[in-house]
Amino acid sequence: MSLARASRSELTKQFTTSMWWILAIVLVAYLGATAAGLAATFGALASGAIDQGAVNGPALPADLLPPVIYSLATAMGYVFPLLLGTLLVTNEFRHKTLTPTFLATPRRGAALVGKVVAGAVMGILFGALAIVATVGPGAGLLAAFDIDTRLGDSDTWAMLGRMLIAFVLWSLIGVGVGTLVRNQVAAVVGVLAFTQFVEPILRTVAAFVDGVSDVAEYLPGAASDALVGASIYTSLAGPDTSGGLPWWAGGLLLLGYAVALLVLGWLFSWRRDVT
Amino acid sequence: MEVTPPAEERAAMPEGHVLEFIDVTKRFGAVSAVDGLTARVEPGTVTGFLGPNGAGKTTSLRILLGLVGATSGRATIGGKRYAELPRPLQTVGAALEASSFHPGRTAANHLKVYAQAAGLPTTRVDEALGLVGLADAAGRKTGGFSLGMRQRLGLAYTLLGDPGVLVLDEPANGLDPEGIKWLRGFLGALAREGRTVLVSSHMLAEVQQTVSSVLVLSRGRLVYQGDMADLTQTDDQAVIIDAPDRAALARALDAAGYDYEALRTGFTVRGGDPVALGAIAAAAGIALSNLQRRGPALEELFLALVDGTRTHASVAGAPPESEPNSTTEAGEPR
Repeated sequence: MSLARASRSELTKQFTTSMWWILAIVLVAYLGATAAGLAATFGALASGAIDQGAVNGPALPADLLPPVIYSLATAMGYVFPLLLGTLLVTNEFRHKTLTPTFLATPRRGAALVGKVVAGAVMGILFGALAIVATVGPGAGLLAAFDIDTRLGDSDTWAMLGRMLIAFVLWSLIGVGVGTLVRNQVAAVVGVLAFTQFVEPILRTVAAFVDGVSDVAEYLPGAASDALVGASIYTSLAGPDTSGGLPWWAGGLLLLGYAVALLVLGWLFSWRRDVT
Repeated sequence: MEVTPPAEERAAMPEGHVLEFIDVTKRFGAVSAVDGLTARVEPGTVTGFLGPNGAGKTTSLRILLGLVGATSGRATIGGKRYAELPRPLQTVGAALEASSFHPGRTAANHLKVYAQAAGLPTTRVDEALGLVGLADAAGRKTGGFSLGMRQRLGLAYTLLGDPGVLVLDEPANGLDPEGIKWLRGFLGALAREGRTVLVSSHMLAEVQQTVSSVLVLSRGRLVYQGDMADLTQTDDQAVIIDAPDRAALARALDAAGYDYEALRTGFTVRGGDPVALGAIAAAAGIALSNLQRRGPALEELFLALVDGTRTHASVAGAPPESEPNSTTEAGEPR
């Protein structure tokens, strides 16, 4: 079956260059350190080890801490599957390897499905790594402050499952972006600019300006947070954590972004002449 | 170096297919990169696909391989379009550019990726690397490869599926003389096994000793199709004649009514016959210092075909200048 062969070939591509493990190390280090830092800080605050009067920031209630810390994996880490998915396609344009790829898999649709499958697998792998990186130190430090880690709670595990789905969807959005944009530098800069500046700024503005918030909850990052059901951004923005889309709507919206980008990429880029 | 495939492969020799271009035209905007190309490439020989840079060779090959869509016409392999081939890499091996590698991937892993995509056993990777003499570099990243090694790795990719058809775009680029000699023997051996081998080049001299039939393309049009031998068997030969007393020789040639060109090495007489010219000199009592037939001036012939000063009957239909299709010509860059 050519789809299975194309998918296997795409996965081999991922694991035969150093990009995946470099990104994986950065992901684990970045999310692990952030989760540990926040768990220690908020844990100390919530347990009273740090005097509440000594800080002027918001102190999160102890029962909200585990989901907020665990969900750092998606709230801050979603850029990793997005980058990985983007590079999965733009690498082919950059190194002109689309020629041997299309010679081996001449049906362009099969070649793209292979990339989507490989992107999904990489999303699951990175999602698992990210969850371990946030839940491991996060739960350990919360337990050290005698705060319930809520790991016995089925809601927590459902959230971790939704985080895995979010990672897969972000990876597919990346595949779509890479297919559409083609130019590796432009795609990576665009992804970083959007995720690190444009969307955070819009969402911050939305927290204060009423008209913007209606639009902001449809942004991909907001959709992802809605899917997961917890995020450091929504928790710190104010008490209104129940606002925004329900989790399933957030998931569908994120899927919609992925599908829309893939369809656009297919129509305007993937079927073009390879010269 | 002779290529001897393992015994079990010789038993099931891959089948060479006829490659056909049927009125293939490709336009990029107003520019015709390929213009009404109709040609046939037979199995069992090495066919040269010649033409200057920009003649449309690479575009034609990419159309054949389904990488570029033709504006009109079709190109087939054994009657099928590339995308219709059930097992493409096992049918056609193609190397189009010497730099289609991720620099951070090893040579063996590069091939493994495509072996998997084609459903080939990964044992083919080492076999293909061995065939092109890259076995020792299997574990090295391609980013450190020389141009010659890249060409060989590109060839290894074409051999992965042990295909009956090989399509190579400028495979001699970047090879040292030893590598070119190796390539010649290699391609010849593949063709003798009954495979179809199509090799493009912008230099006739490069493939002259390798190919037995040629297609010559100029500005997207076919200007010659046929045997290499027919290309060279023309009345276009020349005789070089020289004497210490050049003035006397010139008078004798003038008297006999010959046209000649004076060169540093003597007089070049186009269409002359050494016997007749020697007799003229003898009759005039001129001692000759040189009398030789100059070998067919292939490169000149090639250039004459390419710039349209010479046309060849081999091309089906009318020669380019009498073609009544002036609309596309107008848009062509000169």
